[in-house]
Amino acid sequence: MATVLVVDDDAAIRRLLRNTLVHAGYAVAEAATGRDALALAGTAHPDAVLLDLGLPDRDGLGLVPLLAARERAVLVVSARDATEEKVAALDLGADDYVSKPFDTDELLARLRVALRHRRDAGQQPERITTGDLAIDLDRRIVTRGGAELHLTRKEYDVLALLARQVGRVVMHKQLIETAWSGDEDPRIEYLRIVIRNLRQKIEAPDPVGSVIANELGVGYRLLARGA
Amino acid sequence: MATAGSGPDPGRPDPDALLRAAAQEGRGRLKIFLGAAPGVGKTYEMLSEGAARKRDGVDVVIGVVETHGRAETEALTRGHEVIARRAVPYEGRMLDEMDLDAVLARAPRLVLVDELAHTNAPGSRHPKRFQDVEELLAAGIDVYSTVNIQHVESLNDVVASFTRVRVRETVPDSVLEQAEIEVVDIPPDELIERLKAGKVYLPAEATRALGHFFSKSNLSALRELALRRAAQAVDARMLDDVRALGLGGTWAGTDRIVVAINELPGCDGLVRAAKRVADGLRGPWTALFVETPRVQGFTAAQHARVAAVMTLAAQLGGAVATVPAPNVVDGIKAFLADARATQLVVGKSQRSRWFELRHGSVVDRLVRDTPDVTVHVLPMPPAGPPERSARVAGAWGSPAGYAVTTGLVAAVTALASTLFQVLNLGNVALLYLLPVMAAASLYGLRTGLYAGLASTLAYNFFFLPPTGTLTVSDPENVVSIVVLLSIAVATSQLTARVRAQADLASRSARTNATLAGFLRQIATVNDADAAAQRICDDVRQLLDVRAVLLGPGEGIALDILAASDPDYRLETVDSAAARWALDTGVAAGKGSGTLAASEWLFQPLHAGDRVLAVLGIASERAGNPVRADQLPLLSSLVDQAALVLERLRLQTEMRDVDAVRMRDRLRSALLSSVSHDLRTPLTAVLAAAHQLRHDRSPDLITTIETEAQRLDRFVANLLDMARVEAGALTLAVEPIDLGDAVAGAANDARRALGDRAVRLDVPPDLPLVRADPTLLHHILLNLLENAGRYADPGTTVLVEGRNRQGELRLSVVDHGPGLPPGREAELFETFRRVEGSDRAVGGTGLGLAIVKAFSEAMGMSVEAANRTDAAGARFTLVFPAALVVRDVAVDRVI
Repeated sequence: MATVLVVDDDAAIRRLLRNTLVHAGYAVAEAATGRDALALAGTAHPDAVLLDLGLPDRDGLGLVPLLAARERAVLVVSARDATEEKVAALDLGADDYVSKPFDTDELLARLRVALRHRRDAGQQPERITTGDLAIDLDRRIVTRGGAELHLTRKEYDVLALLARQVGRVVMHKQLIETAWSGDEDPRIEYLRIVIRNLRQKIEAPDPVGSVIANELGVGYRLLARGA
Repeated sequence: MATAGSGPDPGRPDPDALLRAAAQEGRGRLKIFLGAAPGVGKTYEMLSEGAARKRDGVDVVIGVVETHGRAETEALTRGHEVIARRAVPYEGRMLDEMDLDAVLARAPRLVLVDELAHTNAPGSRHPKRFQDVEELLAAGIDVYSTVNIQHVESLNDVVASFTRVRVRETVPDSVLEQAEIEVVDIPPDELIERLKAGKVYLPAEATRALGHFFSKSNLSALRELALRRAAQAVDARMLDDVRALGLGGTWAGTDRIVVAINELPGCDGLVRAAKRVADGLRGPWTALFVETPRVQGFTAAQHARVAAVMTLAAQLGGAVATVPAPNVVDGIKAFLADARATQLVVGKSQRSRWFELRHGSVVDRLVRDTPDVTVHVLPMPPAGPPERSARVAGAWGSPAGYAVTTGLVAAVTALASTLFQVLNLGNVALLYLLPVMAAASLYGLRTGLYAGLASTLAYNFFFLPPTGTLTVSDPENVVSIVVLLSIAVATSQLTARVRAQADLASRSARTNATLAGFLRQIATVNDADAAAQRICDDVRQLLDVRAVLLGPGEGIALDILAASDPDYRLETVDSAAARWALDTGVAAGKGSGTLAASEWLFQPLHAGDRVLAVLGIASERAGNPVRADQLPLLSSLVDQAALVLERLRLQTEMRDVDAVRMRDRLRSALLSSVSHDLRTPLTAVLAAAHQLRHDRSPDLITTIETEAQRLDRFVANLLDMARVEAGALTLAVEPIDLGDAVAGAANDARRALGDRAVRLDVPPDLPLVRADPTLLHHILLNLLENAGRYADPGTTVLVEGRNRQGELRLSVVDHGPGLPPGREAELFETFRRVEGSDRAVGGTGLGLAIVKAFSEAMGMSVEAANRTDAAGARFTLVFPAALVVRDVAVDRVI
């Protein structure tokens, strides 16, 4: 049973998260301050931390590198629209973020993904599926509903990177640095166009059902969906 | 200056008197111990009365008292707190002066200040001690002071005339008029006794004329003057009280007195005399200077004298006026008529008998031409040696003029000698009129006379028998010569007069035109900074001075509003003068009575009783910034500038009021919207949660979810709007694919859209745009939620991107009732909702206001219209070409 440390100064939020997490089968530790959080990280050995950035005693952002460890995922719970904060948290080693107010299902999904990635770190999956989309990383083949799609090199590179981290946000700069690694002047424009081309090939015309989520100012996320 | 109109009705309060009474409110009271001569015991009396007040419990201090070592006087000072004097270094000596600031800081109820007529050491704030006293009074402090009768400005001449001692230190009559006066009186015999006993300290000027000054007859005369002056002061103040109360029954048409001054020495006496006449008649008086063409030829000393006399008149409480006119008599007559003056004071002409024979006596003509006015003719001191005219070179004419004249005479001589056969001698003489008239009219009197002389000689030599000689045989020819010379004189004088008139007219026209131009241009300026700059530039142009405009800054600092020259400098004394003018509303600096050491003259710009700013002017050359004849123009400019600044200030205030009103409107709209849109979903959430205790229906959970979502969106929009209104929007612009942006927004709006589908229709090669992703997301979210709110259920919302002539248009098109026709623009106002809809539609109407504000913040625009092909609304975001990203290298993306 994985243990989750909930760090939030708001008692109501802690109670809600505790109920949700216990209900989903996790063990829960709680901290209301940064100091308690650091102490519990040493004694409770949590597998994941849900970290609210607005703490009374210290800046939550500064806790991220202290809490994140090889086998401990950190999910930042941030207020709406704090784009720079999200990017900074990811840069400091956070796995993902959830915006307040959050959807508890989505929170649990993100938590699952983060824990899996920590667990599976170093292992290379061969095949990833989400919805009707299948990406065969060994053979570099992408199929949609069984039919093979013809992707350009860059389209494949971007999609593959998103697929390896399926369910997690991948930052713009990560995508650009990977897909345009040999380019001396990589630009976000290229990424935008590649994503657009990908959408035209792998998504339905109604953007509501989109499988590539646009995380404003941060990056993209390939949503994990059942078949 | 006197104004037109008859006196007020008996029984009605006189406004001037009321104003004077009002001005006294909050001011300290001044009591003057007036003596006929030194030694009468003024200081002693003042100290005694001060001591009496102190015994009554009044807070009394000594500002400055001269005991002159007299034991009994010194004994009286011991009971009082004495403010230490301020030592002022001056030419190697230390002078003791009253420490005005210390007294002001100490703020007693009553301060004793000896020797009101004292002149302060150079470098003091005010040149005169009575000005220090004025400031104390203005600060609400009562003042006791002393003065001798010969120091009273308007009696200065009178006293000097019989004592032969003229004192330089005078106190304006206006100071005495606001004071309670107590005459310190001892009989002349007793004073002489005290003098002999060595009990009288004598000022230097009195020592010199000791024997004469302290004669019994002089002392009697001085004593009478003192008593009369005191009686007059009481009289004046009683009259003021009576007028202020509207009690006066006999106070009807007032006499108005005008004193005509000129540039000659002695006019100060004339002005003092006019003041006495005005005091006797209790009427307003004006010192008038008539600006004739002669003024242009004035020396600096003459200009300075006129200015000094005008200043004196103002100090004595008179008005001053300068009028342009071709000659003195016409100017005075016109002014008398305008001002409805009843009395005229003029000096007895000092012109030579010869001048009067030619021009007629000014006084005679005035007496003859102004039958309704009583003319007082006063003797003036004899004129000194004639001053060199400033325009000597101009009067002599240019050398070129003489050369041309000589040529003309030679030409006429040559012409006449060829025509001599057909002309008789008389006609030849007529020909010589041509060079004479030409020279006189073109080059002035002297060149004209030269032409007359040259012509006469040439005529005599070449044509008059015996020719070849300069003798005249025929008496008839003498006439010709005289006539030629007379014509030269007459023509040159006529022309000179006409030219001077034209000069004056054109100068006056120029002044009027520039003033009119100034007004016209400044009337259109709507920006305070531009107006201030305009004022400085125009003053510079009109008066040929450097100009700065200063306003009140933080604390005691000055705020520089504009300057005509960027490299001006303000020294400490200049700033002090500016500050003084700003604080007191009285001109300060060069040429004024306060801080005259400054190079600048600072004129306050009044609006009502407050000073908006001060205009500082300084001459390019050392010297007074304005000539006497420019004073009226300066005061017009200052008045107009003040009006302009006041107008702009009021405009700004109006705008501020509008802004506040707007904010208030928004605030009340916000409050009503918050109470509705926050409470409705909260009520639903609370009710559903309560119900969940009994009934685990999924409908209740859906209700809670939807209502909470609504609340969340509403709070997000409120926060967005707050950021817009606070001006706190910061943009993080990056290249964005519109399809990408719509996907994100559509996903977030899926709950609001309900069963409405979204279809994205963009061409595959639609360029990227530059925008802030978060702001664009909120724009699209609001547009989609708006569609979700108004579009018919089950329909499809179309999002359509088009590239049209470089600009990019993204439309959100729905099927539904559409927009109320003609109201499209209003949709984007804060808190506007589509009215008249019978559906209960949530939302505050904040959404579309946010769409508009965010769009504009990013340089985009937004349009709203009804669809033309079907029922429904179409909202279009327009990205101008500047926001469209072009030329993304295709090979980099495959």
